[in-house]
Amino acid sequence: MVVTTKLALDGAHAAAQAMRQVNPDVVAAYPITPQTAIVQTFSQYVADGEVDTEFMAVESEHAAMSACIGAAAAGGRVMTATAANGLALMWEVVYIASSMRLPIVMSVVNRALSAPLNIHCDHSDSMGARDAGWIQLYSETAQEAYDNLIQAVRIAEHPDLLTPVMVMQDGFITGHGVERVELLDDAVAKQFIGTYTPKYSLLDIDSPKTFGAWDMYDYYFEHKRQQTDALSKAMKVIVNVGQAYEGVSGRRYGVLDQYAMDDAELAIIVLSSAAGTARNTVKKLRAEGVKIGLVKPRVFRPFPADELVEALSGVKAVAVLDRSISFGAVEGAGPLFLEVCAALFVAGLGAKAVNYIYGLGGRDIFPQHLEQVASDLQGIAATGKVTSLVNYLGLRE
Amino acid sequence: MPEDKATWKEATIGGVVLEPGSSAEYKTGTWRTLRPVHDMENCTHCMMCWIFCPDSSIIVKDGRWVAFDYDHCKGCGICASVCPAKTKAHEVTGKEGKVIQMVSEGD
Repeated sequence: MVVTTKLALDGAHAAAQAMRQVNPDVVAAYPITPQTAIVQTFSQYVADGEVDTEFMAVESEHAAMSACIGAAAAGGRVMTATAANGLALMWEVVYIASSMRLPIVMSVVNRALSAPLNIHCDHSDSMGARDAGWIQLYSETAQEAYDNLIQAVRIAEHPDLLTPVMVMQDGFITGHGVERVELLDDAVAKQFIGTYTPKYSLLDIDSPKTFGAWDMYDYYFEHKRQQTDALSKAMKVIVNVGQAYEGVSGRRYGVLDQYAMDDAELAIIVLSSAAGTARNTVKKLRAEGVKIGLVKPRVFRPFPADELVEALSGVKAVAVLDRSISFGAVEGAGPLFLEVCAALFVAGLGAKAVNYIYGLGGRDIFPQHLEQVASDLQGIAATGKVTSLVNYLGLRE
Repeated sequence: MPEDKATWKEATIGGVVLEPGSSAEYKTGTWRTLRPVHDMENCTHCMMCWIFCPDSSIIVKDGRWVAFDYDHCKGCGICASVCPAKTKAHEVTGKEGKVIQMVSEGD
């Protein structure tokens, strides 16, 4: 029997609960909307003695990730949280964390990058960091945010990986949206993540090591190739940890969350909370006899190319929804579209792909937008032609 | 030699250096274009060269100048610059001047 506690929590509080159960050695963090509640709630756990964590209230996000690196290099289990410009401010150190192979776990509550200053949801922040060498998981709901954070600790610390993990959830929509969240029993969560034995540690005074050393042109390339090697092994670890997690939680976690894809001729690919809206539209259209399905990738890094190709193998037309723009990319496309296209091209699949940019700066996405997408897909499947590669949902044009 | 170096599979992950004090193995002395030479007879063992050397490349023992560490001396010339002692005919160069003088590395 699976023992759980059910609480009404928003995504930020769900994330804080996960951190409480992980009980990391160090949390170094700086507040930024809409992540603030995560760290604020966690610091209350620290103050109340509910965790043993050394909490460092640092002066900026750059300092936060720097302190996390120091603590992780010293062999500690380390977590933090940020969003938007906070993630942007820690940009150089985010790369350093993954390059130093430190299994830090960070919540990123997706929020638009400035300028203009916007505190609402879009994916420009985490997408901007997609090349930083971190594993990236997207959470549709507060429940997923909680579940992903717990699993992230085990994923990051796996000896084949030793790669930090970013767990995303949509700012405000998920972060501030209260839902029913089931928590694992504290003891179960603790046992699931186990104890962390660092491969190398600054505190190993019997056998001192140097961290953050210098590479000349004769070694940098090899060290970078190692990171790709780790990421190439990550999907298998993510799947295995997901299976183990199902055993303790009753909830299933894999690479892609597929809905109505079995005989689908049309498909919508979308990350995070908008998948909820998309799923409702797909359900409605299926009842009307439209052979449409939904694919919601949970994992963006490493990119699930093989899994997507398998899911899309029978599909004639696929719409990829992006909550960010890769400025200057082909016709102003978004990053998810670009990577899906790469996967389709490499696999030689004949599916036609079309991009929809939506939701920037918290712009709402409604069922009628998804119905428009489905209608466009039907046209593309019928004619075999894409007349407009990159489109916008909810933009005043 | 490039062939001696570790492949990506062999290299330590994260660039972690496993042995302490390993910088000493890196022979920065190969970067020199000038090298310092010493006149022991006229050296007053004032230790000024040792204090000022930015690369810890003057070897001293029991309050006396012993040798240059040519494995790590980059030939910056600071020791020659701060040396206060004089010689009429330097042991190595034969020239009048300081106890420490700089000569071309090629010589």
